[in-house]
Amino acid sequence: MDWTALSLSLRLALWTMLILFPVGILLGRRLAWSAFRGKSGVEALLALPLVLPPTVLGYYLLVAMGAQSPLGGLYARLAGRPLAFTFEGLLLASVIFNLPFAIQPMQRAFEGIPKEVREAAACCGLSRWRTLWRIEIPLAWPGLLSALVITFAHTLGEFGVVLMVGGNIPGETKTMAIAIYDQAQRLDHSAAGLMSLVLLLISLAAIGLSYAATARRKRRHV
Amino acid sequence: MSERAEGLWAQVSQTLPIPLEATLACAPGEVLALVGPSGSGKSTLLRTLAGLVRPASGLIRCQGEIWFDGERHLDLSPRQRRVGFVFQNYGLFPHLTALENVMEAVDRGSVPERRARSRQWLERVHLQGLESRKPHQMSGGQQQRVAMARALARNPDLLLMDEPFSAVDRVTREKLYLELADLLQGLSIPMILVTHDLDEAAMLASRMVLLSRGRTLQSGTPDEVMLKPNSTEVARLLGNRNIFSAVVRRQDAVTGETVLDWEGEEILALVADPLSLGERVSWVIAPGDVSYRYPGTPEDRPGHTYLGGTISTLVRFGDTARVVLALPGAAERTLHLTASRQMVQRSNLAAGHPIRIALPATKIQVFREEGAGSKGRHA
Repeated sequence: MDWTALSLSLRLALWTMLILFPVGILLGRRLAWSAFRGKSGVEALLALPLVLPPTVLGYYLLVAMGAQSPLGGLYARLAGRPLAFTFEGLLLASVIFNLPFAIQPMQRAFEGIPKEVREAAACCGLSRWRTLWRIEIPLAWPGLLSALVITFAHTLGEFGVVLMVGGNIPGETKTMAIAIYDQAQRLDHSAAGLMSLVLLLISLAAIGLSYAATARRKRRHV
Repeated sequence: MSERAEGLWAQVSQTLPIPLEATLACAPGEVLALVGPSGSGKSTLLRTLAGLVRPASGLIRCQGEIWFDGERHLDLSPRQRRVGFVFQNYGLFPHLTALENVMEAVDRGSVPERRARSRQWLERVHLQGLESRKPHQMSGGQQQRVAMARALARNPDLLLMDEPFSAVDRVTREKLYLELADLLQGLSIPMILVTHDLDEAAMLASRMVLLSRGRTLQSGTPDEVMLKPNSTEVARLLGNRNIFSAVVRRQDAVTGETVLDWEGEEILALVADPLSLGERVSWVIAPGDVSYRYPGTPEDRPGHTYLGGTISTLVRFGDTARVVLALPGAAERTLHLTASRQMVQRSNLAAGHPIRIALPATKIQVFREEGAGSKGRHA
């Protein structure tokens, strides 16, 4: 059992979730309620990771993170170390390939809030922050929660992009999915099987919790 | 009127997405009904006043404060305008209790103070004991009351109600009318009620504005508008079926007495504006102004036209009945009148019965036919 890989995977999943929560709320609300030029284009772009082979996405991200590229170069100058094959690079890739998994459920959740309710909040004099905190987030919560859970579980299981962008550096970029692959390659089935079981249980628990929370909420608010 | 500082004064215009060309004024303590058919722009106008829709141009001023000025690019947000808005489906926050819904609108004071004030508002709308219920645990009428309490809890400068009775059943509605009339009576802010129901407007509003295709057509007390429409379009929108075409036969320039030829029948009207002989005009009379003559009563009152016909349809609505009278003659002519339940019972009125009616000249309005210049005015 590779505890370092498990801890790294959990850390990556948590950070991805934490970053995508505000990003998803911001973009999800905007896509749900505003009509603007190029909206379909933005939606298509955000959905791209759903259909793109992970290795293709990983390849482009790797190129973008290279020291020769503007992004990779800028990061290296600012942080004093490269972006590719580091935890930060992996996190950036994880945020990008999880965009549709976070934003789409959030967008649907915000779309489900009746316009009258939002307008009533404005006519009650509620500030934007209070409306977000007191009305929008509670009403969209089941969707927001499932977005977070899917993002978390998806990050734990992602393989292709992680391998391309992060490589296989223990403690830095070697996640559980990579460790399982490693052990299986070495024919160490007991280690690979145990780690797979742990991942399975974590994913199952996360999904189960999300479903239970949503069902409980539906019973309470109809 | 445009310089009044108190109350609400609004003039807005836009062409898209819904054409709007409306002017309205509402004094403090006055209930103004915006009436019009679906799609007439009444809800859009209300939302414009609240700041939920931005018009292309115009001016909105409420209680001395300018809320919108197209020329100066001034446009206060709904949060900045002190409006109380009762939405058609109430727009209650579904996850909050009745008390919490009202508390959200109380913006001043500590939490205990806000809670106490919210409780008072719920008591005023007769919802004591239901404070901890969520909207889905309440009836339509109770939800409407929460929405009303929430709208008023903000201490608004303007109260806006968008068809607040459309989502409740008839029995509840009649109860709510009385409660609302009572509640509104004590308020000293301008209040605007959007409705497509004329009876509702007449019951709750002191003045009404009729809207059609985004334009304000006529304003006045409900009686003025309903009994004295200023055009055949207004009469038609008010559901008046007694709109007929006739030719001017003679007119007394001094008294205004005008005799119209209505398919061979002489109709007496009073018209102040001079009309040309032979000119084609429209004449209108409200069904409530057509009077039924009990058999045997003399028909010699001056200033009246007496006609006879056969009842073709009689439909009862509560205490009144709508009677459609078919008049004899080559052309198919029908006249609508309203009869009381007493009248129907006393005279055994039913379809097929012959009856006599009187048309008072003072109640007949005459308009030049549309497209033929300005309208003629009733004396």
